[in-house]
Amino acid sequence: MTHLPSRLAKVSARDVNVHYGEKHALKHVDLDIRANEVTALIGPSGCGKSTFLRCINRMNDQIENAHVSGALTLDGQDIYDKGIDVVQLRARVGMVFQKPNPFPKSIFDNVAYGPRIHGLARDQAELDEIVMTSLEKAGLLTEVRDRLDEPGTGLSGGQQQRLCIARAIAVSPELILMDEPCSALDPIATAKVEELIDELRENYTIVIVTHSMQQAARVSQRTAFFHLGELVEVADTEQIFTNPQHPLTQGYITGRFG
Amino acid sequence: MTDTSTAVPAATRQSIDTAAAHLKRRYRAERRFKAVGLGAILLAMGFLVLLLWTIISNGASAFMQTYIRVDVTFDAAAIDGDDLPGLVKSSIQQRFPAVESRSEKRELAGLLSSGADLDIRRALAADPSVKGTTQPLWMVASDDVDMAMKGYVSRQPGLAGNRLTDRQIAWLAELEAAGAVKKRFNTILLSSGDSREPELAGLWGAVVGSVFSLAITLLVSFPLGVATAVYLEEFAPKNRWTALIEVNINNLAAVPSVVFGLLGLAIFLNFLGMPRSAPLVGGLVLALICLPTIIIAGRAALKAVPPSIREAALGLGASKQQVVTDHVLPLAMPGIMTGTILGMAHALGETAPLLMIGMVAFIVDIPATPLDPSAVLPVQVYLWADSPERAFVERTSAAILVLLVFLGAMNLAAIMLRKKFERRW
Repeated sequence: MTHLPSRLAKVSARDVNVHYGEKHALKHVDLDIRANEVTALIGPSGCGKSTFLRCINRMNDQIENAHVSGALTLDGQDIYDKGIDVVQLRARVGMVFQKPNPFPKSIFDNVAYGPRIHGLARDQAELDEIVMTSLEKAGLLTEVRDRLDEPGTGLSGGQQQRLCIARAIAVSPELILMDEPCSALDPIATAKVEELIDELRENYTIVIVTHSMQQAARVSQRTAFFHLGELVEVADTEQIFTNPQHPLTQGYITGRFG
Repeated sequence: MTDTSTAVPAATRQSIDTAAAHLKRRYRAERRFKAVGLGAILLAMGFLVLLLWTIISNGASAFMQTYIRVDVTFDAAAIDGDDLPGLVKSSIQQRFPAVESRSEKRELAGLLSSGADLDIRRALAADPSVKGTTQPLWMVASDDVDMAMKGYVSRQPGLAGNRLTDRQIAWLAELEAAGAVKKRFNTILLSSGDSREPELAGLWGAVVGSVFSLAITLLVSFPLGVATAVYLEEFAPKNRWTALIEVNINNLAAVPSVVFGLLGLAIFLNFLGMPRSAPLVGGLVLALICLPTIIIAGRAALKAVPPSIREAALGLGASKQQVVTDHVLPLAMPGIMTGTILGMAHALGETAPLLMIGMVAFIVDIPATPLDPSAVLPVQVYLWADSPERAFVERTSAAILVLLVFLGAMNLAAIMLRKKFERRW
C-alpha cells in the first residue's frame, strides 16, 4: 500500500478505527483520497465503507455509541480535533445520501437552504445566482427552470437525487461524499448521475460508496476494497478491476462472494 | 414443467385438496372477523345516536322561551323611584282588574318572571320617550308558565302536585286566547350569566369562563409541552434520568384529573394565594392536565419525521438547532397541533379538578378578566343538573349541546390546521 505525499491527499486516514459500542466496525484503516479524483469504496454489505464515509464529515457523531479513533485529516487538518467546528466541516464536505432526501420545500428553497444558513449570499440576487449555478452544474436547470416554486418532492427519483447534488454543491464544498447515490434510481437516471459525477470531478473531490462494481469501474479513478471492516486493497480503478493484488479483491470483483 | 393435468403426483394432489378445504375455513374466519368489527361499530354508532337524540330532544325546547304581552303604563313616579318590579305587578293587575285578594295578586304576579322588570328597563333604555305613556310590552314568563306552555307540566286544573294553581291556569288560558302569549328565541340563555330563576339563567358567563380558561391552558401548555417534547426527543442525552422523566410523564397522563385539582388547590390557591374560582387558576390546572398529552403527542410527531430529513440538513452543515427549527418542527407541527387540540378538547370537558379550586360557585356576573370568579361550561352543566326546577332539565341539555358545539368546533379546527400545515415528503 503506497502512501501519497500529503500534498496530493485531500483526505488522509491513518489507523482509523470505529467502534459501535462493542462492535469493531472499522479496523486500522490507512487511506488517502486524492484531490479532484473520484474514489470508489466497494465491498460487501457491512464491510465498513459507509462507516468510513461518514467519518469524513463526522456524521457518525449522530450515532449515540459510535467511537472513532486514529488520525483523519482534511487538507492536513485533523477532522476530529477539538477545535474543529462540525458545522464548518460539513460546509466543506458535502454529502449525498442513498435515498434522495429533498426537503419538503420548493426546489429553489432546497438549493438555497445551505447558502442561507452559512450566509453565503449577501442579497437575493446573489442567492438566485448560487441556486441557478448549482442547478446548472447538477444538470437539472433545464428541467426545472419553470417550476422552481414547486416542491422538490414532486420531482422524479433521479431528478430528486440531482437536486440533492445541487443542494450539496450550493455550499461550495471541496469534497462531496456520496453514499450509494444511485441505489434507488433506475438505469437511465443512474446514467445521468454518473455522467454528472464525472463532470463534477473537475472542481470537486468525490468519494462514492457503491454496491455496483460496474459503477465503480465507470466513474472512479481509484477504488478501495473493504472487507469485514478492513481496507483490503486500494489502487487505481483500472488495476483493481484488471489485476487485483489480493485474493479477496479478486474473489469479490469476479462475483465469487459479496 | 410437466403437464399438470395428467402428471400430478398423488401426494401433491392430496395436499392441494387439504389446502382447499383449509382455505374455506380461512374465508369463513375472515367473514366472522369482519362481521364482529362491523357489529361493534354499529353498536357504538347506535349508542351515539341514542345519546345525541336524548340530548337534542330534551334540550331543543330550551332555545325558546315563553313571553307574555301586557300593557305597561310607564308611570314616571315608579320609574324615578326605581320601583320597576312594582310596575310589573301593577301592569298585570290592570290586565285582570277583578283580582283583589293579596294571595290572588301574588299568584297573578307569579305568571311573570321575577326578572320581568328587566324588560321594562330595556324598553326604557331603547326609547326613553315611552315614559308616561302606556305601551304593550312582551315580558319574560315565569319558568312554571314556560314549562306549561311547552307541555312539560300539567295545565289540567285540579290535579294534585300542579305547579300552576287553577287560577293561574285559567289566566294563562285567557291570555293565550287573546294572543298575548308566545314563544320567542331564548336570547337570555345565550347572553346572560347564571341565575336561580331558570328563565333568567344563561350560559354566557360559563362560555366566557371556558374561553378564558382554555386560552390560559393553551398559552401555558403549548409552549411548555412543545419545548419539553423537543428537548427530550432531540437534545436530551439518553440516560437514566431522561428515562425516569419519560416514565413519569407517561404516568402523569394516567393520573386522575381530580388529583391535579388538589394540586392546584394546594399550590395555586393556598401557597401562591391566587383568587378562588378564577379562570386563571382553572386554566393553569387544566394546563397541567394537558401537558402530558401534548408532550407525548409531540414526541410521537417528532419521532415520525424521517431521519433522512435530519441527515440532509446536518449534511449541509446545519446546526442541531437549525435542523429542529427549520425542518423537524415544521414537519412535526400538524401532529403536535392535533395532539394539542385533542388535549384542549379534553380540558374543555374537565369538571372534577375545577370543583377542587372553587369553580363550582354560583356566579351571576360575566367575568371580565381571567381573574374574576367564573363558571365553565361542564361545571355549569353540573350545577344545572343539580337544580330542582323542572325548567333546568331542558337547560341542562341545552348547555350540553353548547358544550358539544364547542367541542365540534375545536375538532374541526384541528382538522383544518392539520390540512393547512400538512406537508408531504
